[in-house]
Amino acid sequence: MKSYDIVIVGGGPAGLAAAVSAKESGIDNILILERDKVLGGILNQCIHNGFGLHTFKEELTGPEYAARFMKQVFDLGIPYKLNTMVMDISEDKVVTAMNKEDGLFQIQAKAVILAMGCRERPRGALNIPGYRPAGIYSAGTAQRLINIEECMPGKEVVILGSGDIGLIMARRMTLEGAKVKAVAELMPYSGGLKRNIVQCLDDFDIPLKLSHTVVDIKGDKRVEGITIAEVGPDRKPIPGTEEHIPCDTLLLSVGLIPENELSNKMNVEIERVTNGPAVNESLETNIEGVFACGNVLHVHDLVDYVSEEAKTAGANAAKYVKGERNEGKAGSEIALVPTDGVRYTVPKVIRPECMEDKLTVRFRVGDVYKNSYVSVYFGDERVQHKKKVVIEPGQMEQVVLSKEQLLSNPELKSITVKIEKE
Amino acid sequence: MENRELTCIGCPLGCQITVMMDQGEIKEVTGNTCPRGEEYARKEVLAPTRIVTSTVRLEGGDIAAIPVKTKQDIPKSKIFDVMDELKDVVVKVPVHIGDVVLEDVAGTGVPVIATKDAE
Repeated sequence: MKSYDIVIVGGGPAGLAAAVSAKESGIDNILILERDKVLGGILNQCIHNGFGLHTFKEELTGPEYAARFMKQVFDLGIPYKLNTMVMDISEDKVVTAMNKEDGLFQIQAKAVILAMGCRERPRGALNIPGYRPAGIYSAGTAQRLINIEECMPGKEVVILGSGDIGLIMARRMTLEGAKVKAVAELMPYSGGLKRNIVQCLDDFDIPLKLSHTVVDIKGDKRVEGITIAEVGPDRKPIPGTEEHIPCDTLLLSVGLIPENELSNKMNVEIERVTNGPAVNESLETNIEGVFACGNVLHVHDLVDYVSEEAKTAGANAAKYVKGERNEGKAGSEIALVPTDGVRYTVPKVIRPECMEDKLTVRFRVGDVYKNSYVSVYFGDERVQHKKKVVIEPGQMEQVVLSKEQLLSNPELKSITVKIEKE
Repeated sequence: MENRELTCIGCPLGCQITVMMDQGEIKEVTGNTCPRGEEYARKEVLAPTRIVTSTVRLEGGDIAAIPVKTKQDIPKSKIFDVMDELKDVVVKVPVHIGDVVLEDVAGTGVPVIATKDAE
């Protein structure tokens, strides 16, 4: 069986950045496995701009951002296989995959980096009544049809969900001649960036209906219209508020789910809140030598953070392969505890001996908080207290912990991250 | 006197800014919580601009369309004129990132460039 030091599952932004980082950390025997016919992942269809402000200090479109990392992969001569589907990874890191050229094949990896990304929540996850006519698409499917297949999915559109993909598609379909009649959002706030609300909806006078959802889909062959209704604080439709909107297309932009079938099969422990693997400071899962990064780990708001995180995963996988890792002393694991509005943290545990000088802990909140503080507690002692004008569920937040500080608290068992009013 | 209502895009706070106008001149900006908000509101009222991204048809490649963008931001009022002109543009492989696919789009003086390589 052919063996590789590091096998990376997925050639999107996470896989590419992880590969570059592993290579730059001195590992040459790397293989990227990608199921699509091109590298770059979802960025290929994200033709809008706004990517890369953190990483490259300029505003790039998705394909341009991907191209920067692809160039590094090509220049470094990192091998990859396209059109290749990974079927299974065993706990001892035998990767089973298939493609047209090699057929079904197995390779032995010393380390595995999971970078499979995420997929969209489908209609079936929503319990919207009505027939199953043509004309109902996830927003990402419509994005692919328009931007890559050069094919318009409809003329009169309603979009459910106001996350960034839904907003971006409202503008894209409008520019291509469709009439976007409304964007309905179940929550009382949008999960999308303000910039996208203004430049994708306000610019084109597209109404954003907060606290609204789709309660019926009309039409049996093709969508003929949908009914939306206002929802109460319990997020249940309020009788009597129904409004019928004639349209031929319904786009769903209702959330993303990390794609962890492979992780599940190899018994990687999955976090309930993120639907991604539980990882330590090295972004390593409960299976030694198996790392995770990008949207398979937790859904990100900006690709820049995916690249940053993947760089960490790649460097740590390289350290693991080279045996350079400072294994933590038994019992020196510190748990990160999210509470008071903080829904989760990545990582979930820290072994201070294994961490870099600084560790970025990313998290999301469950509600909109204004003029609040992000606080970090070591036991009862508050060690960080940072004022934020606004904290929103749609945006990832972060705190930075220092190794020095953790090592100087040898008795520390848990660190709490919370939102405080004062 | 005329009031223009705007949402600031500077940060997630999204301040609702009111710009009081009199005969095309800004008299007062209110509702912003920082200087960046006022700066944004002034530009947005007097000369709003946007980068336009879209696709044009590609001949000879593996994909049907190639993504493009206006190299700089263009006046907001010209967005649909840009889209109209891009309708008829067809490019042939090879195309590289930064290649001009249309000079001076919609009289803006700004070129439209490719944002992806295609061989």
